[in-house]
Amino acid sequence: MPEAATLPTVEDAVALGLTRAEYDLICEKQGGPPNQVELAMYSLLWSEHCAYKHSKKLLRTLPTEGPSVVMGPGENAGAVDIGGGLVCAFKVESHNHPSAVEPFQGAATGVGGILRDIFAIGARPIAVLDSLRFGETTSQRSRYLLDRAVAGIGHYGNSIGVPTIGGEVYFEGPYEQNCLVNAMALGIARREDLVTSAAVGVGNVVLLFGASTGRDGIGGASVLASAELGEDDDKRPTVQVGDPFEEKKLMECSLELLQRALLVSLQDLGAAGLTSSASEMASKGKVGIDIDVAQVPLREADMEPFEIMVSESQERMLCVVEPTDVDAVLELCEKWEVSGAPIGTVTDTGQMRVFKEGALLGSMPVRALVDDCPLYDLQPGKPTGTTYPAPQALLPPQINPRRDGSGEETVAQSANELLLALLCSANVASRRPLFEQYDAIVQSRTIRRPEQADAAVLAVQPLDGGEHEAVPAIAVSIDCNGRRVAADPYTGTVAAVLECASNLACVGAEPLGTTNNLNFANPEKPHIAWQLTESVRGLGDACRALAAPIVGGNVSLYNEGATAGPIYPTPVIGMVGALPDARRAAPLGFVREGDTIALVGPFAPSLDASELAKLWGHELPDGLPAVDIAAVASAQAAVRAAVRSGAVASAHDVAEGGLAVALAECCLAGGVGARVALEDDALERLFGECSGGFVVSGEERALMDMSEQTTVRILGAVEGRSLRINGQIDLSLEELAEAHSALAELFA
Amino acid sequence: MRFGVLQFPGSCDEVDALHAARRVGDAELLWHGERDLKGVDAIVVPGGFSYGDYLRAGAIARFSPVMESVIAFAEDGGLVLGICNGFQVLCEAHLLPGALLPNTNLRFTFRQVDLEVVQKDTAFTGACEGELLSIPAKHSWGRYYADEPTLAAMSDNGQVVLRYAPGHNFNGSSDDIAGVRNEQGNVFGLMPHPEHAVDELTGSTDGLCIFASMRLAAEGARA
Repeated sequence: MPEAATLPTVEDAVALGLTRAEYDLICEKQGGPPNQVELAMYSLLWSEHCAYKHSKKLLRTLPTEGPSVVMGPGENAGAVDIGGGLVCAFKVESHNHPSAVEPFQGAATGVGGILRDIFAIGARPIAVLDSLRFGETTSQRSRYLLDRAVAGIGHYGNSIGVPTIGGEVYFEGPYEQNCLVNAMALGIARREDLVTSAAVGVGNVVLLFGASTGRDGIGGASVLASAELGEDDDKRPTVQVGDPFEEKKLMECSLELLQRALLVSLQDLGAAGLTSSASEMASKGKVGIDIDVAQVPLREADMEPFEIMVSESQERMLCVVEPTDVDAVLELCEKWEVSGAPIGTVTDTGQMRVFKEGALLGSMPVRALVDDCPLYDLQPGKPTGTTYPAPQALLPPQINPRRDGSGEETVAQSANELLLALLCSANVASRRPLFEQYDAIVQSRTIRRPEQADAAVLAVQPLDGGEHEAVPAIAVSIDCNGRRVAADPYTGTVAAVLECASNLACVGAEPLGTTNNLNFANPEKPHIAWQLTESVRGLGDACRALAAPIVGGNVSLYNEGATAGPIYPTPVIGMVGALPDARRAAPLGFVREGDTIALVGPFAPSLDASELAKLWGHELPDGLPAVDIAAVASAQAAVRAAVRSGAVASAHDVAEGGLAVALAECCLAGGVGARVALEDDALERLFGECSGGFVVSGEERALMDMSEQTTVRILGAVEGRSLRINGQIDLSLEELAEAHSALAELFA
Repeated sequence: MRFGVLQFPGSCDEVDALHAARRVGDAELLWHGERDLKGVDAIVVPGGFSYGDYLRAGAIARFSPVMESVIAFAEDGGLVLGICNGFQVLCEAHLLPGALLPNTNLRFTFRQVDLEVVQKDTAFTGACEGELLSIPAKHSWGRYYADEPTLAAMSDNGQVVLRYAPGHNFNGSSDDIAGVRNEQGNVFGLMPHPEHAVDELTGSTDGLCIFASMRLAAEGARA
């Protein structure tokens, strides 16, 4: 053990992000002050990122159980039963802060990290989705972040052979200093092939395989390096660099090791590297682990033991192997050109011990490291004033009524201009320039590509061209409108969950499970604590009502800058569902001239916090109209059943920009026009937003059949080469398409 | 008829090619480190990022042990199809003329493209009906390039098999060239992915005729 004189101080602990009280608690658990290695490990495992100390109590209120759930929160990824002995594993995770520093590598390693979570439980990754938030596109920095983050996601996903099949992006001022990069991945496994991360079997070997360990991603622990070395210029870059080729080999190697039943347990190395993965494995298996840092293959020979323990070098996995299987494991690693090294042993000590060539460098109770970090109660308080400044008005006065409502009649005459302005606005315009940079079809499962349907649809089994009674598939959607959550954290979050389920309903899929990434600002501030508390309450209520339990997720807090203020609260929701026959997954676009168009569901739109209100420069309202979750769920059930029966031709959920934008999207995706009559000329009927509206086309009788379960209003018919609504809107497909392609110039 | 689909570390579309080939015959994977082609009747060099493609697309894969055998197989008249990264590998191995450069937009681009079948009597298009094939393309190094004399010679020899239809050449290929064959006609490479156009459910079946043509040719050669 190092001598007392070299022990780090409480000030070092504070510099590493711990509080003085936490440091005192660590001393108590250790029976004395921790040394450098121990403090580095505690500081990471007791960080917000690893310990969820401000969110864990809230997360415990969420529904996590249901008939489909095979693996719930706590494992590397959640998993739901999709029938036929198969499970779908999925999870969303954030890589916000690295992406703000270096968007290409930040986004790329975000994809790499979430893919490792999927194959760590024994599932083959089959799809990636991404959820991105940037400042307004007028900001040069935001355009740069967008361009590089999209390139990074593509670089990793395309190179590793996993399709990127969907996603979402919003541009809002509050994300200017804090962009969000969340990545979700899905995988498929046979149920009996799932593996957990619990280390079991005293005497078993702990084996590290994959890339070698370097000084990348050492993060806050570099404070120790500086203090130790007495020089500030030696801090290493803290953004990790991704190598998709290394991960491709690692993935194939891991899956083959599992297929050959050579592993007792498996865990990926993510945040906090070896420290976190070894401790978590020991904690789950209620054992101890000894690690010899001298056995870890290094990129730089002179790395300090604590650096080896906290390095976040990418593309590494840790596994537990029976001693007799070690040679077979190493042989398979050689086949895939992946380096593997036994670095430790499972013990019965209950201690996490770090050695170097026989010398004990640190020893900590696993329980203290993993479970004893104090959890904090939030102190929520609803703000009395406005948290967010009003956005800049983007529309000229002739189509922008004054706030007292005067001028609204004149503006109503300009519905054509408003629709075009919405279609070319950054949050509504076609995402084609982004998703064209992703391979959406590798693995031959993609039955609905981006912009073909509201949710991506993936065949469960490889298609073989044979005659089948049905083609079982899974559908997936990811969504969150942060502006609406900012206006009303409870209702906005309910709306985000409902939006995902509505997207699934449009392709005939029923929700099986949900994942979420809670992106919020500083939870120690009462108004942010209030956002978080209300949002989680909405998340729980909506998931319970839809029987779509939470099977995993992630929390990213402190997304605010000193001057920039908090981000919009952004609980990104990812939802997976199943559909019995992918051949009936409805497209979003209109299909046939002459089909009837109906508005289905309890649609009661309002301009509050809408896309149009944003373009007008309106400040956020205090609260949104309440949502009747049960009524929306009934509408989803009606649409789902109609799609599954093959009775309707197309289905599209009404979202940003309201009904007029949804109709325009149906026309553009189908390459055919529509004529529609609404009850009146009110702008909120055209452009207002709320949950629970669907544009469905087909034969009138099939559409009216849904009225047993929900409201059905016949709007008009699919016809011609233009979109005509009342006497207010008359725009050709070409005019709509030109406006809708506005994002192309960002990538020119 | 048995296809052998090569598998390099970093291959991504090898299983897709395997399933596509199995729609017209038997198929199996051939590991990059083995020299034994196991008596297959035709070779598919699949898409992906062989060995990471960190040097230049296909530049390392061409030196792999399996490629030594593929080169000998091709020189002996065996049918070889290179798709995307496989096309790049075949150009690097000088089994096909020309080279693939970065797309003019310098971005990975995925798009469904229309291809004109320029040569209909080849071992790779003999079973294709119709003038146009709708097949997806997805790559960042897909701009076909050859110098003027080579292009002229290729044109004279009927080596340009597929061209991008007007408006579909997103990568900036010379003369809209999407797929080329060698002078002997037994080696063919293209950037678009016919193995991803073999089922209506995933968008198109137009790619199937490439594999069916190979079967026809192989069986004709045997008969």
